[in-house]
Amino acid sequence: MNTAELKQFCTEVRRDIINMTANAGSGHPGGSLSATELMSAIFCTQMRIDPKNPRDPDRDRFVLSKGHSAPCYYGVLAELGFFDKAEFQNFRQLHSILQGHPDMKKVPGVDASTGSLGQGVSIAVGMALGAKYLGKDTKVFTLLGDGECQEGQVWEAFMAANHYKLDNLTVVIDNNGLQIDGSNDEVMSLGDMPAKLRAFGFHTIELADGNDIEAVLAALNEPTEPGKPKAILAHTVKGKGVSFMENQVGWHGKAPNEEQRQQALKELEG
Amino acid sequence: MSEKATRAAYGEALAELGAVNDKVVVLDADLAHATMTLTFKNAFPDRHFNAGIAEANMVDMAAGMSTMGLIPFCSTFAMFGAGRAYEQVRNSIAYPKLNVKLAMTHAGVSVGEDGGSHQCIEDLALMRAIPGMTVICPADANETRKAVFAAAQMQGPVYLRLARLASPIFEEDYPFEIGKANVLKDGTDVAVFATGLMVSEALEAAKLLEAEGKSVAVINVHTIKPIDAQCVMDYAQKCSRVVTVEEHSVIGGLGDAVADVLMGKICCQFKKIGVQDQFGQSGKAKDVLKEYGLTAPQIAESIKEIL
Repeated sequence: MNTAELKQFCTEVRRDIINMTANAGSGHPGGSLSATELMSAIFCTQMRIDPKNPRDPDRDRFVLSKGHSAPCYYGVLAELGFFDKAEFQNFRQLHSILQGHPDMKKVPGVDASTGSLGQGVSIAVGMALGAKYLGKDTKVFTLLGDGECQEGQVWEAFMAANHYKLDNLTVVIDNNGLQIDGSNDEVMSLGDMPAKLRAFGFHTIELADGNDIEAVLAALNEPTEPGKPKAILAHTVKGKGVSFMENQVGWHGKAPNEEQRQQALKELEG
Repeated sequence: MSEKATRAAYGEALAELGAVNDKVVVLDADLAHATMTLTFKNAFPDRHFNAGIAEANMVDMAAGMSTMGLIPFCSTFAMFGAGRAYEQVRNSIAYPKLNVKLAMTHAGVSVGEDGGSHQCIEDLALMRAIPGMTVICPADANETRKAVFAAAQMQGPVYLRLARLASPIFEEDYPFEIGKANVLKDGTDVAVFATGLMVSEALEAAKLLEAEGKSVAVINVHTIKPIDAQCVMDYAQKCSRVVTVEEHSVIGGLGDAVADVLMGKICCQFKKIGVQDQFGQSGKAKDVLKEYGLTAPQIAESIKEIL
């Protein structure tokens, strides 16, 4: 997929996010829109996966540690053909495969059930460690929220990634700066994240614009050193691509109404 | 009668299992010398992963490893494995039905000297409440070995409750099947359902009562979930008096599991023997058990109250 195609892919995913959350009348558009380039680039350019064989034991793995960004995840998977986009209609409804947070037993292409923050990254560390033990060349990617890094378990996982020299692991942090109760700094300051990631042994890349697809690709393609896990701290815009959602903390976990949906889709006609 | 702690039998069984199943890996949280996973580590150093003192991360790493096709056995003290990492067990292992075996040692007040902070008397209640969790509490070293192999054989999450204290090894060998209780001694006056270390105490208590002319059935309920409902029903009907004995809080453990089977179905006298809604404390293990009324003579006296 070239850059223009990737940009188009991201636009489609953003439209999916708006439609899914509007249909459901609930969900998390803000952190889904901020993570769109990150997740799209990982799935479209980095991973060895086959939508026709989602359980292939030799596939690469992705764990959405910030599980509430499920609309983005579902959008990416459906655009790649893991399941039919008709399922979007059932997002967050009874008996749907598309639960409010990702369920690996229900959705083709989902490698871990997540939603409780801080746990996905540990699962990803376990996958990377398991792959090493089994002598497999599996690559493991995990996407975290910035607020999620307030969970102590995240740092337990980071410690283990370094201890076990998991250079097959890439940790991406969607740093949109906002969480439910306000900005990260208002709620619980994260401090000097690049320095902390480096101190925990990561090959650390700070990305000034995590919604710039070319910059995201460059960061993902940058090789790490042997024995070092990689971390990408991506500064993003919460609600990116929809003018009235951008940088608005109120759109963390609120769905657009019909009027807002139409306006958002119009802006995303691209 | 020879004695061995179920945790010691666990370490040996793991090493034996590891030799025949290369998918088995072990995780520990800086307690390998106490949980006895050290025995496995000595045999298979590259298959033993220390998570450090970070139980939440350990449990979720095990979840991730299981998705790679491995069979992780995860061990620490019950207080931290079932307690501190409860939500990790619930959401990352049980919710997606992953094939992780949680073998937690130092359960119950028989931990002894370490005291109440380390004596987990709520783990059966916590684990029982999780949908789809298999909960096993072996009565002796032999049964622990069988439980370890059976847990590895079955697909899905299993909680194994193990003890620190050396306890009697039953001379009689009997078959072990997950979900199938073992009637160790038949009787007609009272059915005593016991689990873990309390099985040997219940057998001793039965002997004391038999000496007084009572006919006491003793049933080893090694699987708390799924509980052997048929056996519970049969013996409640047969004896009309039911007693449960566990080294666990009387809230949410074996007693409640048995009561859940009988509720609304069978009318019988019922008594739960266990830790009575209070924390444990330091002391020599046997003194602590006595303090909480969990020795054979005390159990016999307690049973007598409904005879």
